[in-house]
Amino acid sequence: MIWVDTIAQGILLGGLYALFAAGLSLVFGIMRLVNLAHGDLIVMGAYLILVLVTFLGLPPFLAVLIAMPIMFALGWSLQKFILNRTLGNDVLPPLLVTFGLSIILQNVLLESFSADSQRLPTDVLTTASIDVGPISLGVMPLLAFASAIFVIVGLNQLFYKTSLGRAFRATSDDPVTASLMGIKPANIFATATGIAMIVVIIASLYLGLRSNFDPNIGPARLIYAFEAVIIGGLGSLWGTLLGGVIIGVAQTVGAAINPEWQILTGHLAFLSVLLFRPRGLFPRAND
Amino acid sequence: MALLQTENLLAFYGDFQALFGVDITLAEAEIIAIIGANGSGKTTLMRSISGLLGNFSNMVRFGTIPIGDWSADKIMGLGVAMVPEGRKLFPSLSVEENLLIGTYGRKTNGYWKLDTVFELFPILRERRNNPSTTLSGGQQQMVAIGRALMSNPRVLLCDEISLGLAPIVVKDIYKAVPAIKAAGASLIIVEQDIGQAMAVADRVYCMMEGRVTLSGTPNNLSRAEIHNAYFGAVA
Repeated sequence: MIWVDTIAQGILLGGLYALFAAGLSLVFGIMRLVNLAHGDLIVMGAYLILVLVTFLGLPPFLAVLIAMPIMFALGWSLQKFILNRTLGNDVLPPLLVTFGLSIILQNVLLESFSADSQRLPTDVLTTASIDVGPISLGVMPLLAFASAIFVIVGLNQLFYKTSLGRAFRATSDDPVTASLMGIKPANIFATATGIAMIVVIIASLYLGLRSNFDPNIGPARLIYAFEAVIIGGLGSLWGTLLGGVIIGVAQTVGAAINPEWQILTGHLAFLSVLLFRPRGLFPRAND
Repeated sequence: MALLQTENLLAFYGDFQALFGVDITLAEAEIIAIIGANGSGKTTLMRSISGLLGNFSNMVRFGTIPIGDWSADKIMGLGVAMVPEGRKLFPSLSVEENLLIGTYGRKTNGYWKLDTVFELFPILRERRNNPSTTLSGGQQQMVAIGRALMSNPRVLLCDEISLGLAPIVVKDIYKAVPAIKAAGASLIIVEQDIGQAMAVADRVYCMMEGRVTLSGTPNNLSRAEIHNAYFGAVA
């Protein structure tokens, strides 16, 4: 039974990784931009929630709702005023600029909040668990997993059922022809990054509730997010969820065998997918 | 007053000059054709009018508005839609979605909407849910024209709409032109097929090496004149 429990915990952990990855997948899917500061933005979001919780005395779940428009505005401006300037035929400028942004964010957080690890306050609900047959599942991981599904369903609806989603896909296909449709690609990209930041703040919430965080843990979250996106296949959101689950299960199974192996087995799972399915499990047809 | 005109239009790709002072005018409810060999500047002219290529403000005017330095999305909002060379459908979008996205920057209550576009090109109704990449070349061209019509443009720019299509398909596509004009659009048609251009246009401009070398109504232009303007050699 311990294995059933381990795998169940791994699947739920995968939900958290999918949340880390969904924003990255969204931005990459629309503008082929790899945002190396994605993990640090998640950590920054956790501090933003912490500030709202501390100074306004709000519960984290309410603070995240207030943080959403702030994060959208931040993402919109970041894309419009900085990242749009790096887009072009050369893949290097966006990598360099977001790498620099990552360093800046880490150091600003370090200056502002010190290196002490922090945690969002938990209450009875967030530490509760539910018994399902022989295993016991935490309410918090269940909420994280449900949120991941909610986010992915929501993003898919946005992409395939709305006029904005059509504009996202058209701009992703061909920004020049999209401009002939009256679409302003620079604004579409800004909106996409704004939406990605809303997903980021949801990821921040569960990051901060689940474990401690400090200014330097962003890059490791970025790696998990990357691996989830690539395992799933670039641009496929459901693939990203599956990718997150594969890494989550690999990590918990590894940890069950030997606690030192947790991180290692996650990366090994990623490497074996790369070896056998280099384009991921659900690659997009036209890439 | 002209609906759309260019005046001493110059265009550059970096250091390379592609247009050397092109003047064309398009009146309300008029169809003009631009003919010329490859590299004569026809597509550059279309790109300049649609805003894909930036120019000086006064070089392109829509009515009295100077739009030479406007971006493509803004010009489209005025009612200038383009059927780009090579169709340029969005592969991630279905046929219907390709049509719908034509209204993104300009929502109107005009004649053209999904139903009327499907009446114009009935085959598209059957294929509405297919990915645009699965259609034949002629059908893709119909989607590209329909997509531009969806915004009920006042000026429709058609860049080489017969390129790579079988003659019978080209005939089918040109059959749509009277209906497009009747719904209130003026057209600028870029065409390599001189016969087709002469048959459909009210006036013809012939271009060579970035300049207009000849213009007039189809009736007043002789074969020899066009030949000279086209190739720059005495026939």
